[in-house]
Amino acid sequence: MNEIKLEKIDDNRWLVPQTGLMRVPGIIYANEKIYDLLKNDESAKQVANVAHLPGIVNYSLAMPDIHWGYGFPIGGVAAFDLDDGVVSPGGVGYDINCGCRLMATELTLADIKDKVKDLTTALYQRIPSGVGSTGYVKLSGKDQKKVLEDGAGWAVKTGFGSANDLETTEDGGCISGADPEQVSKRALERGKQQLGTLGSGNHFLEIEVVQEIFDEKVAQAFGLRKDQIVVMIHTGSRGLGYQICDDYLALMVKHQAETGIALPDRQLACTYLASGRGRNYLAAMACGANYAWANRQILMHLTQDVIEKTLRIAPRELGMRLVYDVCHNIAKIELFNIGGVEKKLCVHRKGATRAYPAGHEAVPARYRSVGQPVLIPGDMGTGSYVLVGQEKAMQETFGSACHGAGRVMSRTQAVKTSRGRSISRELADQGVLVMAGSKGTLNEEMPEAYKNLNDVVQVVHDAGIARKVARLKTIACIKG
Amino acid sequence: MALYKLIDHTADLGMEVTGRTKRELFTKAVLSLMDIVVERKETGAGVKEKALTVEGSDSADLLINFLREILYLFNGEALIIGTCKITKCGNKKLDARLLLEPYNKKKHVIKTEIKAVTYHGLSVERIKNGWRARIIFDV
Repeated sequence: MNEIKLEKIDDNRWLVPQTGLMRVPGIIYANEKIYDLLKNDESAKQVANVAHLPGIVNYSLAMPDIHWGYGFPIGGVAAFDLDDGVVSPGGVGYDINCGCRLMATELTLADIKDKVKDLTTALYQRIPSGVGSTGYVKLSGKDQKKVLEDGAGWAVKTGFGSANDLETTEDGGCISGADPEQVSKRALERGKQQLGTLGSGNHFLEIEVVQEIFDEKVAQAFGLRKDQIVVMIHTGSRGLGYQICDDYLALMVKHQAETGIALPDRQLACTYLASGRGRNYLAAMACGANYAWANRQILMHLTQDVIEKTLRIAPRELGMRLVYDVCHNIAKIELFNIGGVEKKLCVHRKGATRAYPAGHEAVPARYRSVGQPVLIPGDMGTGSYVLVGQEKAMQETFGSACHGAGRVMSRTQAVKTSRGRSISRELADQGVLVMAGSKGTLNEEMPEAYKNLNDVVQVVHDAGIARKVARLKTIACIKG
Repeated sequence: MALYKLIDHTADLGMEVTGRTKRELFTKAVLSLMDIVVERKETGAGVKEKALTVEGSDSADLLINFLREILYLFNGEALIIGTCKITKCGNKKLDARLLLEPYNKKKHVIKTEIKAVTYHGLSVERIKNGWRARIIFDV
């Protein structure tokens, strides 16, 4: 952890003291177990680095899935004042609106037990995945503009899914203010080919079964019950998002000196939210976010079609329904109570999930009495968690919780560790069928490369920012 | 001797490259990036030449911008670098001539998807017998 000395606040929080040019202190959500893992990399220093940025409010935060990223740590949350604060493309990440979508079905494990292989093969064949895969939908320039402006709404209008799906998508599947004019030709070109693709790396589609319910009332509100089959999709804005981030990052690095903001790391390049460049980035970022929502909406539709055809069942029998769709790489203008005053802030969530509590108007009407579903995927062997946002998140973390397990092993380490082993066979022994485009990806993504999801989620639960609702066990996983 | 050394980084992937001259360093960095992304089997099909001029505020920025261009050629235009010859190499500007070959799914095996070349932990520095660069990619 180098020179950073963390001070224990309570069982689930560590303070990064304000030193040097830091404008605010930092807080890392971690218990003793996770604190031990922090010693292996420089992520705590990255929390401190973010605290150097102008206009940062209260604290530079990190969730328990924190790990060493570039610039911001992964698992980082930071909110900035709209008048004198900044926006940083690196604080959103390259994969703009990378996120998760959870779909419930009327099927139980018994219904598909003998057909898991057929289903997985069919999904693997139909859902474009892997590097360089081209999409289910080919876009004309005019259509692409609409995708960037309308997000998931465009997909629904075009025949992918139903309007109900938009109700349970964060922000209705569209961030307003998207302006395709602020997106480069390169980004547009990359986006044309990739709508309706899963991608590679840690992106996936999983068939999961509800293994344990922690909160019956909330699970019922989310439409989840034990032994139910659900599908989780994890992907984002593909090459279009990467290119938008890359373009704006380069632009901000080039003009950093003009802003007069000194940075401890070039990757934190940023500009004032109130500046033209800041507004242009947010308008381009919204395009990336909307593209990602359209992408996940199309993939959901495709998944539904594959399952119905493979099992030869009618839509009503499958009963596929969107539980929720969250983004975990984003910067958004949201309203918070800061010292008794309602204030609009720009919240950066880089590998963090929104976790709004019951009663908040941004929570879909059907969940408003319990709170927003928080979707936390883990490694391939473990599965995922569904949590529900709590009031404490509004007070402490700008309405945010963790987004996954977080890596502990570098990719090269994982490849070394997996040498001589068959990760797919090991997973099969645990009842997880995996189909991946490349063995390399599978080895890099081996379960041991991640923190224990149970530990990460326990911190969020114990800290009171989101509560456990259900645990999902992976039974099949497709990857690029 | 290997073209480059991989650097361990928890979420991402890095490389360390050395060269006797800055020109050699930059050329090796380009070929190393390509080698991390794809198995560079030359098929000789559809090869074309491209001239590239890149600018940057200093050596490190220049290298990053050069690699960003190379990565875009692959990610955006599906072109693989066959050879790279740097004809002019200054501190803030370089000219290069590239031989490019179209990516062919059947012939080239993709090894790693690199989303971007980052500025994080970036260094380009003089060492005893030449130059050394460290670059982290987002994967």
